[in-house]
Amino acid sequence: MTKDEKSPSKLVKQTFDLVLIPMLAVLTALIIGGFIIVATDTNVYTAFEEGGLGVGLSAVGTSILVAYGSMFSGSVGSWRDISESLVASTPYIFAGLAVAVSFRGGLFNVGVEGQLILAVMASVYVGSRFPFLPWIIHLPLTILAGMAAGALWAGLAGYLKAKTGAHEVINTIMMNYIVYLFADWSLNGFLCRVPCSSPVSPPVLPSAYLPQFFYRLHLGFPLALMVAFGVWWLLFKTTIGFEIRTVGTNPNAARYGGIQTTRVMVMTMALSGALAGLAGASELLGVNRVLASGFSSGYGFDAIALALLGRSHPLGVVLASLLFGTLRSGATRMQSLASIPTDIISIIQALVIVFIAAPAIIRWVYRVKAKGTDEGSTVLVQGWGS
Amino acid sequence: MKKQLFWLVVVLVALAMVAAQCGGGQPAPKPQEKPTEAPKEAPKKEEAKPAANGHKYGEVTDMGGVDDKGFNQLAWEGMKMAQEKLGVEVKVLESRQQTDYEKNLNELINQKYNGIVTVGFLLADATKAAATANPTMKIAIVDFPSQTPTDMGLLFNVDEPSFLAGYLAAGMSKTGTVCTFGGIKIPPVTAFMVGFESGVKYYNDKKSGKIKLLGWKTDGAKEGGGDGSFIGNFNSLDDARSSAENFFDEGCDIIMPVAGAAGLGSAAAAKDRGFKMIGVDSDLFVKAPDYKAIALTSVLKKIDNAVFEAVKQMEDGTFKGGSNYIGTLKNGGVGLAPFHDSEKLVSKELQDELKAIETGIIDGSISTGWPVKK
Repeated sequence: MTKDEKSPSKLVKQTFDLVLIPMLAVLTALIIGGFIIVATDTNVYTAFEEGGLGVGLSAVGTSILVAYGSMFSGSVGSWRDISESLVASTPYIFAGLAVAVSFRGGLFNVGVEGQLILAVMASVYVGSRFPFLPWIIHLPLTILAGMAAGALWAGLAGYLKAKTGAHEVINTIMMNYIVYLFADWSLNGFLCRVPCSSPVSPPVLPSAYLPQFFYRLHLGFPLALMVAFGVWWLLFKTTIGFEIRTVGTNPNAARYGGIQTTRVMVMTMALSGALAGLAGASELLGVNRVLASGFSSGYGFDAIALALLGRSHPLGVVLASLLFGTLRSGATRMQSLASIPTDIISIIQALVIVFIAAPAIIRWVYRVKAKGTDEGSTVLVQGWGS
Repeated sequence: MKKQLFWLVVVLVALAMVAAQCGGGQPAPKPQEKPTEAPKEAPKKEEAKPAANGHKYGEVTDMGGVDDKGFNQLAWEGMKMAQEKLGVEVKVLESRQQTDYEKNLNELINQKYNGIVTVGFLLADATKAAATANPTMKIAIVDFPSQTPTDMGLLFNVDEPSFLAGYLAAGMSKTGTVCTFGGIKIPPVTAFMVGFESGVKYYNDKKSGKIKLLGWKTDGAKEGGGDGSFIGNFNSLDDARSSAENFFDEGCDIIMPVAGAAGLGSAAAAKDRGFKMIGVDSDLFVKAPDYKAIALTSVLKKIDNAVFEAVKQMEDGTFKGGSNYIGTLKNGGVGLAPFHDSEKLVSKELQDELKAIETGIIDGSISTGWPVKK
């Protein structure tokens, strides 16, 4: 992460600084979320009105405890719940890595959502055909189809950026819409289940399934961990990774230093898109196994928060994804026991992003002093407006 | 630094304590909380839920969520009706994405709910899987036919009241052009449009009129039974508005948007131009008081009643899997809403004709053209 990794105690301290702000951000978001839960709980108001202050305060306590308690039990309360949390984390890991890689390369891939959906379309096309193929060929082929689709779609944005300077943020956002509408159209056409009565794709054949081995937990999760390790290795231990990071830090210096920035930019975006494709493919082949509208509720956009939360480091992304997956998964129990809408989780996630994006708030609230090493390690997007 | 570390540890310990207290098991937090702090609270909570018999029924929505001003919400109104009238406990689980369907269904099954209502074609696969894996669970699905011997489909012959709406629109149009468009091209939507078209055609045959319909053309040879105008979603007011504007530019003066909540976008356009609109699903006049003036009538699809009926059957043991409830003009499961303020605009003659047609549809002498024949 930083150059002077000499004494272990210094390293620990630096890592601690790096981790402190995200953790405090999550904590603060949960606390504010608690206020919102209380403020929207009608039982609390009636308790204050009828029972006075004491009863009211205890109702406040009950409200928060039941809400977060049910969320906790719903996410890690039983083996099944733990498996569900990991299932929910899997697409987050892939998608978070996709954004993290683009951040490292100084690019901002806002198109993960579109790349993901395009990848699912490619995967479902391949996965629902070729019944004669054995799984050992069919499954990799289906995954590769998804990765290729994502890589091509993102690579195109990278190419436009590198060759013409067209900003990748604008392009990837616009390309998302192309994919949304293309998906709508395809689901009423060539991707529609026969007979086409509703816009739902045919199911993926069992030979292309990512097998589920622990309740609904499927091979996509270990694959995600392996890919995260692979991305770390690629970014920090290989020449290609060095080139990506150098272009990300200063493209002009990189070009001066003999790196082909055009090639690296396209490659970074393609890699990012391939990871986005993996997010979609693993979700399709592991759990959903059909494509219908509403396949993804914004994994690609949550991924931006994950990359920020994880400081664009693969390990950080994995941890952030586990957190988000756990929150999402616990939301179901929160609904069924405490009747709290899942929107509260979106609010908490959004608050996390706000606090990560504006660390000054967290510093001020918790009186944490700014450190030189704290912010410099992650370079975000280069060339806004250029 | 030390101070920060201290605070962090304090906070983490506090969190862990909270977590440990709640994580110990579901029933734990409630009894622990109440007696220590406020013993009076317990009886009050019970009063809040009158005559609860402990039976639990759950609804699983699609991504629209429970406040979609469309079928998810109507189904939830049916559930709440069941809570009031039957004394059962009802909960709703909203789905945010496709993976949630199976998860939400499993959640209700694992929590030993007595019955489940799922909403819409997007949940069809998950409902089928859950019904197959849990044959003793009572499951009803809105807007989709039964797929297993244990689940029940709640269907609505919306083509019947839509036929009446088409006839009415044709009889009321001053410009000689009426129009419709859909959200997504699926049978529950196109059924409205086909019925509407047949109603207009029937008017033209009877009165040798030349009323034109924009936005839908039935063609048995085409995929989905014809071609028409669709905005591709059920929630974009903008899309529905621009679609309506286009039709109004082409001379349409009565519009029937079959696009759930998005239809209000068309209502805004119709209000600006002083044209009329026919609502769908629920009564536009009641649901959207802002648009009272433009509401001619509405094609009612009484999902709430059907869901209530289904829960009632689950509760009293008459629930039959493998069958469909079909709402028709005859059983009142679908219908045309009252004219309300538009009453005086609709001539007595036209109203009588509508009554005659209604009888004709019920006894089968008038065909609505749905389902479309190839």
